[in-house]
Amino acid sequence: MSKIRDRSIDIGTYCPQPDDQLIICRCEEITKGEIRQAIYDGMHTLTELRRFLRTGMGPCQGQSCSKIIQGILARELKISHLELEPAMSRAPMRPIEMSVLGNEVKGGE
Amino acid sequence: MADQADVVIIGSGVIGNATAYYLAKKGLSVIVIEKASDIGNGGSSRNGGGVRQSGRHPKELPLAIYGAQHLWPTLSEELGVDVEYYQEGNLRLGKTKEHLAVLADIVEKGKAGGLELDMVTGDQAREICPHLSDEVIGASWCPTDGHANPLMTTLAYYKKARQLGVRFITGEGVIAIKKVRGKAREVVTANNSYVGDTIILAAGFASRKIAASIGIDIPMIELVMEVLVTEEQPKMFYQMLGTAAADFYGHQSTHGSFVFGGSSGHEAYHRGDDITATTSMTAPCICRGIMKYFPQLADAKIVRTWAGAIDDCVDHIPVISHVEEVPGLILACGFSGHGFGIAPTVGLLISEMAAGEETTLDVSGFRYDRFKAKI
Ligand SMILES: Cc1cc2nc3c(=O)[nH]c(=O)nc-3n(C[C@H](O)[C@H](O)[C@H](O)COP(=O)(O)OP(=O)(O)OC[C@H]3O[C@@H](n4cnc5c(N)ncnc54)[C@H](O)[C@@H]3O)c2cc1C
Repeated sequence: MSKIRDRSIDIGTYCPQPDDQLIICRCEEITKGEIRQAIYDGMHTLTELRRFLRTGMGPCQGQSCSKIIQGILARELKISHLELEPAMSRAPMRPIEMSVLGNEVKGGE
Repeated sequence: MADQADVVIIGSGVIGNATAYYLAKKGLSVIVIEKASDIGNGGSSRNGGGVRQSGRHPKELPLAIYGAQHLWPTLSEELGVDVEYYQEGNLRLGKTKEHLAVLADIVEKGKAGGLELDMVTGDQAREICPHLSDEVIGASWCPTDGHANPLMTTLAYYKKARQLGVRFITGEGVIAIKKVRGKAREVVTANNSYVGDTIILAAGFASRKIAASIGIDIPMIELVMEVLVTEEQPKMFYQMLGTAAADFYGHQSTHGSFVFGGSSGHEAYHRGDDITATTSMTAPCICRGIMKYFPQLADAKIVRTWAGAIDDCVDHIPVISHVEEVPGLILACGFSGHGFGIAPTVGLLISEMAAGEETTLDVSGFRYDRFKAKI
């Protein structure tokens, strides 16, 4: 069940933090500062952050960074991380060549 | 904050968000109500990003041309977010004589509407896009078509509108629209109600049920289509591609990945319970389509696939309309699978309608009462 959220609630203004340069999403090289800035621009869910910044859209598909981003978002919005729905996992679970995915001949030839 | 505004918009897709932005720019107060937890979680964040004029219905063509000339080229600058718009043309590819006939018809209709659109030979198509296979024997070519990033566009309109004071509420599903003294005025959800002088219904297919609450019906069905995206590839080309056979369409993105959409033939027969779930059948089918035109991409790896629904009107063009029986209500739905490319124009036009101004383009072709029985 999704919770009702007013996107105009006041979360203050973005102020830089000393570790904003830290790379959080290593596949797409997105920093903590970029994530925090996007939150102040209104991206208040993990899915919105992913779509806006590409966090978790690289080869690992968010397996390494999604928990950290969840923490950052929960802190900025001042809510529990349990209130945040994870972004959708998508098929295929591992990258797969077009020629393999498109092949439906029995025996794999 | 009061749950009242000049305009209440139902649905935060690209249409709702663009409308909200153009209204806020005019100084009107706006509330946008979205059912999902995420802004723009419908077709607007799931589409193929085509910003096409070619292949448009004659009634839609002026909207597409206006957008390509006046709105898309400066949109990134205007919204302060790179929406990754490329205006490098659209090739619609053909492999058989039958395909060429389909293309010739599209070219003729586009030309009649004043669009720069021509037939080219297979070799000419390969000059434009050298990666095409020899199976391609001809194409239609529209040099002013393009593509953009739908995720960025939808969220960029949201971001800018929010900055201008538009209030967005997510996780709030609209159940009904209610009249007060003969005028649409109240938008009712499970726990709340929002009041507006004008109510804009832009909830995709769900608009049908919501419109029914006030006695209006729009003949549309829900079709589910899929999109796949590859790993980052070396830069190859930035044209938008489609085919006469409709076996795939797509483009390469700024990131380097290819975004390809397509179908399996089962679009209308989805399970109904979870329209955003992919099937095991569609992505492989799209891959087979692509490889015939781009053998070079056979080794490209697919990293993600997703599904999205379209609200297909019986005549395949949208309803953008005031409603005589329900003053104060504006319908903006039934975009029939091609509403992304015209979204900036549509947002602008609806904002003019809501503000009581004369519209920049004629919208009379999109009226809600245009539907007729076959005999
Ligand atoms: C796979 C795919 C590929 C496509 N490719 C292209 C393309 O290349 N070019 C192109 O021009 N178009 C394309 N389209 C079509 C395009 O995406 C849509 O026409 C466009 O996004 C429509 O925007 P919208 O805002 O009307 O609808 P949506 O994005 O569906 O927005 C409707 C919103 O209303 C919300 N809503 C639903 N019910 C309620 C309720 N009860 N209360 C409140 N809110 C509600 C939804 O959650 C949703 O966010 C494609 C579509 C799909 C699915």
